[in-house]
Amino acid sequence: MAEFIQQVVQGLGSGAIYASLALALSLIYRFTGIVNLAQGEMAMFSTYIAWQLVHAGMSFWLALPLTLLISFAGGALIERIIIRPVEGAPELTIVIVTVGLFVFVNAAAGFIWSFLIKSFPNPFPDGALNVGGVQFDFGTLGVLGVVAVVMGVLYLLFQYTKLGLGMRAVAQDPASARLAGIRVGRMLALGWGLAATAGALSGILVAPLLFLDPNLMSGVLIYAIAAATLGGFDSPIGVVVGGLIVGVAETLAGAYIGFIGSDLKIGVPLVIIIVVLLLRPQGLFGRPTVERA
Amino acid sequence: MTFLEVSDLRAGYGAVRVLHGLSFSVEEGEICAILGPNGAGKTTTLRALSGVIRGRGTVTLGGTNLLGRSPENVARLGVAHVPEGRGTFTQLTVEENLRIGGYVRRDADGVRRDIDRVYAYFPPLRERRRQVAGSLSGGEQQMLAIGRALMLRPRLMLLDEPSLGLAPIVTRELFGIVSAVNEEERTTVVVVEQNAHLALDIAHQAHVLETGHIVLSGTAADIRADEQVAQAYLGYRV
Repeated sequence: MAEFIQQVVQGLGSGAIYASLALALSLIYRFTGIVNLAQGEMAMFSTYIAWQLVHAGMSFWLALPLTLLISFAGGALIERIIIRPVEGAPELTIVIVTVGLFVFVNAAAGFIWSFLIKSFPNPFPDGALNVGGVQFDFGTLGVLGVVAVVMGVLYLLFQYTKLGLGMRAVAQDPASARLAGIRVGRMLALGWGLAATAGALSGILVAPLLFLDPNLMSGVLIYAIAAATLGGFDSPIGVVVGGLIVGVAETLAGAYIGFIGSDLKIGVPLVIIIVVLLLRPQGLFGRPTVERA
Repeated sequence: MTFLEVSDLRAGYGAVRVLHGLSFSVEEGEICAILGPNGAGKTTTLRALSGVIRGRGTVTLGGTNLLGRSPENVARLGVAHVPEGRGTFTQLTVEENLRIGGYVRRDADGVRRDIDRVYAYFPPLRERRRQVAGSLSGGEQQMLAIGRALMLRPRLMLLDEPSLGLAPIVTRELFGIVSAVNEEERTTVVVVEQNAHLALDIAHQAHVLETGHIVLSGTAADIRADEQVAQAYLGYRV
């Protein structure tokens, strides 16, 4: 039993990481109705910036806020320069642009920092909390805490601030928001900036566990897409719950279903995506569009 | 000086020219009705005024040029455009929709007071303040759209076919409220309508549009009295 719980805890740990990237995905989805396939690569690039700052001798706790700030600006800039020209284009066009961004950011990181893996400082202390024979290591608890905070901040921002209300209006009907005088372009840039910031946190949480290389986030992205599909792309709480479920499902499947093992684990999120799309396309927490004719 | 001055307004979509040089003016505090059949360019006129599409010619509001500005900036000059289809934020609540209407205002207290003012004009909205706007009936959504426009404290309100899809009795009530708002707030209104009869009831001035030209202008009373006009352009008998 203790071993089973241990597996669940481990699953929650990886799930929280998927959730952190899924939060970033859901932010951009709300605004553009598309999945930003470059989200993981943007997160990886941010992580390299943090690595570079630490490598240059800066303390981690100074490098972290600086990286988040740079990521925010970078995300907003990407929206202005790369996404703005295709604003209003069919969704497929924008998705293809994000694929291009994926390849470009990945290659740029390889060009600047090479493809050799680098170790990344772990912000959380080693060791674990032992409760009834189950190990809660501080790293896992830390990741869970960070994700809970990000989720809470996004929820409060969207639900209880004027800015958040404006962002929701823009996400839903940009043309109508414009008629109310809301500066839609600024809101979209803000959305991309926030997503890049959430993504940066995700990369920084992953890097100490997986080591840093330009393909750091490619696996995480697939799990994050599964998490967001499961939870519902438009709900911050949904994507986090989705992430945790995906993490636990993947870990348990790997541990207890003989033929899956650690090699076929990557299949689990894909199965989850397919099943959710078949049974409940809006996700567990997603809102189907309600509209009276 | 006239409040809204439109002269030689030309606009269209891509290569298709819809408006071929409209000129008209609206005095402050008046309701101006733009009438005409489908495809005459009524909606296009409002879109050009609010910056949703590009217009050529001159349009000034209280002396300030409106053409060439983005819809955001036109709205910030005090022009509230209630578009065709109402532009409701269906997944936001009724009250959130109203707050969006007053989004660009800096006076939070004033916005709160104006929400109550809108509820006073449209009591059904108060009852449904916490409901998502998508669940409202068509008439209630049109009330909400006009309420959202009022939240801007507009100097000029542009109403696009408010009667569309509504029962006659609901439309009549709505027009009554628009008229009351116009009297109490001195808000200038340009209303585009196919339902000429109702629009002429509340308007001061009216213009009849056909294929992008103004074919007739006058006071609402004159236009209504002209039986020939009524039959030729407005499709009803007086």
